[in-house]
Amino acid sequence: MLQFDKDGLQTTVQDLGRRGFQKYGVIASGVMDPYAHRLANILVGNQETEPTIEITLLGSHKTFHADCLFALTGADLSPAIDGIPIKMWRPIFAKKGCKLSFGKPVTGCRTYLAVAGGIAVSEVMGSGSTYLRAGIGGFNGRSLKKGDVIPIGEASELIKGCMESLSKRANKSSFIQVDWTLMAQAIPIYKSEATVRVMDGRQEHLFDGKSRDAFLNQAFQISSDSDRMGYRLKGPELTLIEPKELISEAVSFGSIQVPPDGQPIILMADRQTTGGYPKIGQVATIDLPKVSQLKPGEYIRFEKISLEEAQQALIEERILIAKLTQSIALKLKECK
Amino acid sequence: MRITYSPLGDEAIVIEVGQEITKEATNLVRAITKLIEETTIDSVVEVIPAFTTVTVFYKVSAECQYEDMKNLLTKYIVGIKHVDLIQPRTIEIPVCYGGEHGPDLEYVASHNQLTVDEVIEIHSTGTYEVNMIGFAPGFPFISGMSEKIAAPRRATPRLRIPARSVGIAGMQTGVYPIETPGGWQLIGRTAMELFLPNEKIPSLLQAGDQIVFKPISKEEYDKWEGTTHATV
Repeated sequence: MLQFDKDGLQTTVQDLGRRGFQKYGVIASGVMDPYAHRLANILVGNQETEPTIEITLLGSHKTFHADCLFALTGADLSPAIDGIPIKMWRPIFAKKGCKLSFGKPVTGCRTYLAVAGGIAVSEVMGSGSTYLRAGIGGFNGRSLKKGDVIPIGEASELIKGCMESLSKRANKSSFIQVDWTLMAQAIPIYKSEATVRVMDGRQEHLFDGKSRDAFLNQAFQISSDSDRMGYRLKGPELTLIEPKELISEAVSFGSIQVPPDGQPIILMADRQTTGGYPKIGQVATIDLPKVSQLKPGEYIRFEKISLEEAQQALIEERILIAKLTQSIALKLKECK
Repeated sequence: MRITYSPLGDEAIVIEVGQEITKEATNLVRAITKLIEETTIDSVVEVIPAFTTVTVFYKVSAECQYEDMKNLLTKYIVGIKHVDLIQPRTIEIPVCYGGEHGPDLEYVASHNQLTVDEVIEIHSTGTYEVNMIGFAPGFPFISGMSEKIAAPRRATPRLRIPARSVGIAGMQTGVYPIETPGGWQLIGRTAMELFLPNEKIPSLLQAGDQIVFKPISKEEYDKWEGTTHATV
């Protein structure tokens, strides 16, 4: 069990999202950065579908109520155990009573905490994701706060063996970090100005030439109104050739809508299921983590990618993740 | 009707059946949705029907990319000739009009030079159809309201609209299933839950449903509150 000792800014339980219920208007939710979430789970021997804890900018402090193996991926929010700074993107064994804390945000916006055995929340509509507005899923349908005690699932026999040997090696220390991590190209670098690849939106042709040029050639700033539902951008005004009323249709993670004020909004994990604003672009799924890790005040630029290239990149990412899963499983078996 | 296909990003395909909201278009949307749901296609993750579009989300793999998915869907959809729909259900929604539950009822009446009772009479004798569910869980987009009781949205949206509020915005009427901010004119509140998170189908209403609004008293409302029984 994991006890929360201090409130964070917004800490929620999320998994890869609630699928199959969008036709009933139920939003998908899920992690903002699926790549970091997957790797966090894989590093502790979980299935990538297990829920993790998504921590935004200011981390809450937590106490482990039992020995556990955990991993942190995503944003560097200066994590520490019992005050000693710890490394990210690798498994860490912590003994019962250890305190995990976060400090200054260094790079990125969202950290993922995976615990071997998974965060054991009951599923609502097939998912452990928190859907804040409807108050369902995750931990009682809300953000985690001081005093909450979060149940952890049982780790596999393999991981139990690994924890035993790490416990011995830790000796008198309260925790131990393994001495390996992912290969460099598998660890993202989060910048304060990200270039994100986009495909044409379904209504891209309705925008005037000047706006289409500006969209691809100028930087946009992330507004402070950005959240899990959408990233609001500030930049050149994007206008339609002529005003047009659109019929509402489905939107998806990464759809870039432009409301009448001309300032684009990138729809994120907690987006509504349908929308009626024209879509100028669509962020390639492979680059969504780059958007999710941007903080308000930082900048984003868009560049074109073809549909074929975007899908190819997704296929290659699956291959990379499969390889990493295999080699991490071997390392966990040897446990060194 | 000409059916077109286009991508929505790299993980979805939009099937568009027309450019206007017509009976034919909404029927075709329903038929295509039903067909895709009843045909097991491994890569299909989920389907979102709207007024004139059906969006199919799929899992990209070496074997399944945009053109593969499009060809597969075309193959099935090309065969749709007769729109074979389930018999529409009629669902009665009990509404407590006015008072604390419908603070804008009097505004809607005066805006249309009607009495409050006339607004209730007109709203509750119409036959409505659910065109789609979207935007929020269980939120129905409903057609069929009389223009005699149309009213503009509030200049300043309310920050919190209580769940199950019945409202009017322009020519539309609808019910907010969960508490949200919103600009509709609130004329009443239903006792029936529209969002059912613990049910297999979490939305009381579905596209194609016929709706009847039935006026009830404050006492009946209090007795009914929170029930989910639909009169089918």
